[in-house]
Order: sequence, then C-alpha cells, then structure tokens
Amino acid sequence: MRGRLVIGSPLQLLLLSCSFALAAYAGVRLAAGDWFGVALWVVGAAVLHDLVLLPLYAAADRALLRGLDGARRREWAMYVRVPAALSGLLLLVWFPLISSVVEARYRSATGLPPGVFLTRWLLITAVLFGGSALLLVVRLPRLRRAAKRRPPAVH
Amino acid sequence: MGRAPFRGVFAAYRRHMRDDPRDPRLPTSPGFWRSPLRGPWFTSVLGLVLLAGITVLFVTGLLSYAAYNPDLSPVNDKTPDKGILGFYLFAWPTDPHWLYRLNQGVHVTLGITLIPVLLAKLWSVVPRLFALPPARSLAHALERISLLLLVGGGLFEFVTGVLNVQLDYVFPGSFYPLHFYGAWVFFAAFVAHALLKTPTALRSVRRLREEKSDLVSPRPAEPTVSRRGALWFVGGGSLLLFVTTVGQNFGGPLRRTALLAPHGGGEPGSGPNGFQINKTAAYAGIDSAEAAEDAWRLVVTGRTGTVRLSRARLAELPLHSSALPIACVEGWSTPDQWWRGVRLRDLAALVGYEDDPPDVFVESLQRHGAFRKAALRANQVADPRSLLALYVNGEDLSPDHGHPARIIVPAAPGVLNTKWVARMTFGDL
Repeated sequence: MRGRLVIGSPLQLLLLSCSFALAAYAGVRLAAGDWFGVALWVVGAAVLHDLVLLPLYAAADRALLRGLDGARRREWAMYVRVPAALSGLLLLVWFPLISSVVEARYRSATGLPPGVFLTRWLLITAVLFGGSALLLVVRLPRLRRAAKRRPPAVH
Repeated sequence: MGRAPFRGVFAAYRRHMRDDPRDPRLPTSPGFWRSPLRGPWFTSVLGLVLLAGITVLFVTGLLSYAAYNPDLSPVNDKTPDKGILGFYLFAWPTDPHWLYRLNQGVHVTLGITLIPVLLAKLWSVVPRLFALPPARSLAHALERISLLLLVGGGLFEFVTGVLNVQLDYVFPGSFYPLHFYGAWVFFAAFVAHALLKTPTALRSVRRLREEKSDLVSPRPAEPTVSRRGALWFVGGGSLLLFVTTVGQNFGGPLRRTALLAPHGGGEPGSGPNGFQINKTAAYAGIDSAEAAEDAWRLVVTGRTGTVRLSRARLAELPLHSSALPIACVEGWSTPDQWWRGVRLRDLAALVGYEDDPPDVFVESLQRHGAFRKAALRANQVADPRSLLALYVNGEDLSPDHGHPARIIVPAAPGVLNTKWVARMTFGDL
C-alpha cells in the first residue's frame, strides 16, 4: 500500500540498533575534538572513494579497452591493466613518501634519506611494465591463435 | 577492473526513457553496470577475506592499545574519556619479549596488505550504492546508514593508519584518539554487517545458491578476465604491497626488500648504533649541553628520598645485558639489539624498594613528543631484562638512540622505552 511504512526484519532492527548505540558511544568521543574535521574525513573518505576514485579508474579502464579495441588488440588488456593498477596502487598507498610531502619531517625524525621513494617507485613501475611486456611477447603467438579461433564479434 | 560503468547509450530508447531510473545511462539502472565480474561469488570471497583480516586488525589494534598501559597513568593515556571501551585492559606482560614486535608488525603489515582487497570489495558492490528505491523498509534504511559508517569508518581507519606510518599528520587531531575511537565506530558497523551478510557469503562461496543477484549485470560486457583471474589480480596487489613492506620488521638484507616502507631499504647508519631510529635527538629537541657528561645527572626519587647519579657513577653500578628489539607502533621493528646498563629494579632498590619494585614515572630531556613522560608498571620494572641502558652492541649509546641513558623494556611499545632519561620517580602510580 502506498505510503505505508514497511518495518522489515525485527531481528535486523535490533542488531542495527545495538550497532548504532556502540558507534554513537565511540563516535561522540571520536568527534570530541574537531567534530567537523572528523565528519568531513569519514563522509569525505566514502564520497571520494565512491564518487571520484572509483569512477576515475573505471573511466581509465574504459579508455584503455577502447584504445585496444581500436587497435584490435583487446587481448592485451590484462598486460596493461595489471602493471598500471599495481603501480597506481603503490602510489596511492605510499603517496606521502613518494611525493616527498613529508620530506623534512621524515629526514629529521628517522635520520633516513627521504628522496629515495620516488626513484624506487619508478623502478618498480618500470619492472612491472617491462615484465608484463616480456610476458606478452612470449605469449603473443598463443594469443593470436586464440583470437583467430574466436567467432567474429557481433556489432 | 572489468568493463567501465559509463556506457550504454541506446538511441532507440532515448526518447521514452529519459527520466526513467532504468535508463541504462544512469547508475541507478542495473544495466549501467556492465562488468561481468560482479556477482555474489566474487563479493563473497573478498568479504570473507576481509572478515578474517579485519578481525585480526581489530584484535591486534586493541592489544597495541593495551600495550601502552593507558590505565596506569594519565601520561600514558591519550584517550582519557574512553569509558567502557577500555573494559578489557590488563597489565601488559614482558613475555615473550617480541610480543609487541609481532603484534604491531602484524597489525600494520596486514592492514597494508588488505588495501587491495578492501578496494576490490568496494568496487564489487558499488552498484548497490545507487540502487533504487533507496530504502525498501525501515530496517533497510538503517542498514544503509550503517553502511556509511562501515565504508566511511573503514576508509578512515585505513587512511589514518597509512598516513601515520608515513609521518603525514594531516588528519583532524591526534592519531591515538582518532584511530582508537574510529576503530570502535567502524567495528560497530562491521560486526552488524558481518552478522547480516556472512551466512549469505558462505552460501555463495560454496555455490549452494544460484547466481541470481542484483550484483550480476543484466547486460554484461564481453569478459576480458575471469572472476578467478580477477581474484588473482587482487591477490597480486596484496602480495606486492606485502613484499615491499614486511621487510621493515627485520634486519640485514631482508630490510632492503621493503622498498617503499618508511623504515625499509637500509639502516640510517653503520656500526653498533646504526639501527633504525624512531625520533632523532635533533627532532626531539635535545639540547646537547644538557646531555653532556658534566651537566647530566639522573635524578632518581623513591621511598628513601632522591639520589643524583652521574653517568660515570651509573656505569660503576652492577651492569647487566639483555637482547631486546625496538618495536614501533608504526609497524617497523629492529632485530634484538644487545643492550647493557643498570637494571630498573636495582635503581628502585637504590631509593628504598629492595624487594618490591613499584611502578616508575620516567621523564626525558625531550622538548617535544607525546611520550616525553611515560609510566612503566611494576611488572615491567621487576623484569630482570628491563634496563636503563648506557651501551648498545658494545658501544656507548649514540645521541639518536638516547645518550646518556635510555629505558629498554621487553615487549613494550617503542615510545615507552624513553630516551635521554632525566628523572625517574619510583612509587605506586
């Protein structure tokens, strides 16, 4: 019926109420200092991930597939995707070190040289793409045979 | 991974579907999401990995919190308003001596290793974020609010942790309360989610159910990789993060394998004092004049009054050795170093606690740092391996490792091993 409130599973309601009670107890303490900053970070993390990061890498992947389709090389997709995604993952996780935004503090706190991370990341990226390219060259004959066997795409 | 979502312009349907939520140009339409990878099996496998992994993260996190003995003294407690969240606290033991090293190594290394799994799991369920109607019932509406805490809280925990180990303190407040209370908010939502979803996930993984699910695309694109292949892909990301991080918990050539970890690569120096440093003397604001041989006196206070000891006088007391690691909350550690110095319980005896070593309150020459004052519990003081160290690996401590004298206690978090000790007050705290 229109406008009628559907309650749903009472067990689920009970469980979620307990969860909210605990989250509120900790949340009040979490937000005791800079409540706006904390709320911004919690909500912002979810929004940035779901509405920026995910669409961005999905769009990059789509652009890659389009490009490969244009060159009739769709079977190369994983050989580009894997090194690109792994390299991007390392950059995402270690961005403060790689980008040197914490350079001064890192050097004075740890006594370690700060400038090494960008070089290392670039080297790892080169190895990932190089390894992937090598694998592609080795497997190319097999990929070509498989592509020939596949029925023509319906478009 | 998978086919991109922004696709699907069917000119023929355009006119009459313009405002229809099922228009495949809109993310509210199931047809908008075209990856053939999405489905209950893929999501469930990732979910079960996270169920196990995040449980370990939560437990090791709570243990790390207990390791600071926050209920011992206000100086150890960065979360004085914790209330019932400290219900489980206990006197942190000194055995085995690698306990904190293992706990924190697991916490940080596992957390970093799980990042690709977390990202893949979020990717696999993203169509549900846009699903219509937004709520089918009151219970469903509350579940969706809970999911905001789950996703936002989870990302908050991962992000604050990853930033803190890189010394990038941009988060809104001090790391300890943010990461601790954030963990409880996240865990509250995590437990509810796990209880609601684990039965379904187990069924999906065993494939006892047909793959009829809102996660499966109604018009899947041509696959470029199998679901198993995609899982290998995620696992490969985890493996790469693992092998470039885990080495910062070991010495020698293994540390060199941790290419991107903050304390990986190499040691800051060579020789007996060449091992990893948490905070250098310069960073901690140590005035070299205060730490100099003729100026520095250790002030020890207890039941029978106060004694002041020069470093030369300390070196004449009975010296003992112990092999103990430095293990940091940031998830790096050193192998056992060979420390030599005066037992803490011998210092307690000097000021009237011959047979019953009490707690001790330690103050450093440090100008900065959240732990320039720290408290150790009686069981830590009583342990014969707990030292006020003067030497390490056969040489005087270097300034960066706490010269003139530093605390070293088995199984304690690094920051409780106070460097540049100036004053020790024995007595029940």
